[in-house]
Amino acid sequence: MNNAERTRRELMIRFIREFFDGTLADSIDRIPVELRPRTEEPNRCCVYKDRAMLKYRLMALMGFGMEEEKDESRQLKEYLADAVEGRNHTGPVLSVCTVGCHGCVDSHVQVSNSCVGCFARPCVGVCPKQAIQVINQRSTIDRTKCINCGKCMTVCPYHAIIRNPLPCEDACPVGAIGKGEDGRVRIDFKNCIYCGKCFRACPFSAIMERSQLANILTAMKSGRPVVAMVAPSVSDQFPGTIEQLFTGLRKAGFTEILEVALGAEMTTEHEAEEFYERMERGDRLMTSSCCPAWVEAAKRHIPDIVPMVSSTPSPMGYAGQLAREKYPDALTVFIGPCIAKRREAQNDPNTDFVMTFEELGALFAAREIDLISLEGEQLERPASVFARNFAHSCGVSEAILEQMGHDNPDANLPKIDGKFINGLDRKSVNLLKMYAKGKLPGNFVEVMACSGGCVGGPCSLAR
Amino acid sequence: MSETNKIKVEICLGTTCYVLGSFRLSALEEQLPPELKSKVDIVGCACLNVCHDRNYGNAPFVRIGERIVDNATVEKVIGVIQEIVSAGGTNE
Repeated sequence: MNNAERTRRELMIRFIREFFDGTLADSIDRIPVELRPRTEEPNRCCVYKDRAMLKYRLMALMGFGMEEEKDESRQLKEYLADAVEGRNHTGPVLSVCTVGCHGCVDSHVQVSNSCVGCFARPCVGVCPKQAIQVINQRSTIDRTKCINCGKCMTVCPYHAIIRNPLPCEDACPVGAIGKGEDGRVRIDFKNCIYCGKCFRACPFSAIMERSQLANILTAMKSGRPVVAMVAPSVSDQFPGTIEQLFTGLRKAGFTEILEVALGAEMTTEHEAEEFYERMERGDRLMTSSCCPAWVEAAKRHIPDIVPMVSSTPSPMGYAGQLAREKYPDALTVFIGPCIAKRREAQNDPNTDFVMTFEELGALFAAREIDLISLEGEQLERPASVFARNFAHSCGVSEAILEQMGHDNPDANLPKIDGKFINGLDRKSVNLLKMYAKGKLPGNFVEVMACSGGCVGGPCSLAR
Repeated sequence: MSETNKIKVEICLGTTCYVLGSFRLSALEEQLPPELKSKVDIVGCACLNVCHDRNYGNAPFVRIGERIVDNATVEKVIGVIQEIVSAGGTNE
């Protein structure tokens, strides 16, 4: 576990504990100082920068980005008062804290000191732009010609050519993040798909997600019924059994609990039907639609594929409907490993808030709920194995295949020829553009933005 | 003392330890050097109740025999086991 993850989680635990103790308003402005006393070695350039970043991180936990800070002297407790009243969450779910941004250099390929100016000089030969010459016994890259393709890196027998990364930009599958003229990073929200890869990649923790913790905790504390809708990917996230997790969720303050896997069962059923309808009417291809980052990517970057994206609601969509019907007075909270779900929830009237697995872990820790020592709760109706596996890459297709086996044991209908995109990156986005143009075989494409499926999500607890 | 005379390694799966990294320690079993494999018995356990004294600063915790290891990582735990073994110690 790296320092950034650890700091984020410790801060969450403290925030939640003091929120429930009722001491947070008094202590919140002191937290950055207490966690980073002058006497300790700073992690950034100085202890004051450390504290400033903790302050912005606390703001993010209350749903505020640095962009909303109009008055720098405004105290955290004032933000807390706003958050408790629900006066937060107006901006996009991701935010760059430019104060923390290191201003990394632009990503580029360079020759290191390990170059020995060898006789074979494969780098010179492989360069498609003739950008490399050996000068004074050392390979030299002409920056005006270099396109940073990295071919020279792969052929160098001394590993002397390296890529100097800009981690957030390198991680973004759709080119939505990069450096502005001031050298600081900006997210272009016209292009952002909220996959959260930049959030994971930034070594300075400068990219933050706007949390809804304060809103959820406020509802719990006020005694309002709150439904936990737990994503299928929860299965490997916590110690103990799902029955113990249910007990833990109740102890933590949720009044009702719903497995989103039940929604996944509905998604599977309808998506299988939709697939047959589409194939019958002569469609060439259908893609899955349960990954919200993929749906955003299709809309923003591959318009040709949009008509092929399944119109079946996601498991969260169905689970939200179930929760609303069953508990009309309750607040609904989707709990998962995903940042893009925050975005999906903004357009879903049945999901009020989104909480991450990391936040749920912090909630259990703060409330001293020890899952493996709890008595498990009998589930009203456990979800099927296939639905619970939905969150693994290929899980959607497997569930649909299983469903088709039930519905059409000897159908004359076209067989599903499933393909999988296991994680979005620049390469797979290009592949999907080819699928859109009909240049690749297959009639069903399952797309998961995170490698391994939701279980590899940016806010998972145990990765 | 366990009847097999093995050193007992208890990984705290209490929520604080788990959230702050003990979930990574499930890799301990497979990363253990072969010569240590027969000498230890690795189990997960409920909260060891040490986190409460230290303001969460030092989780995750592992108990090796009677010894508490804080900030536990796979490497650190293996190091301590090796120390105990080379000192001729067991779970006693």
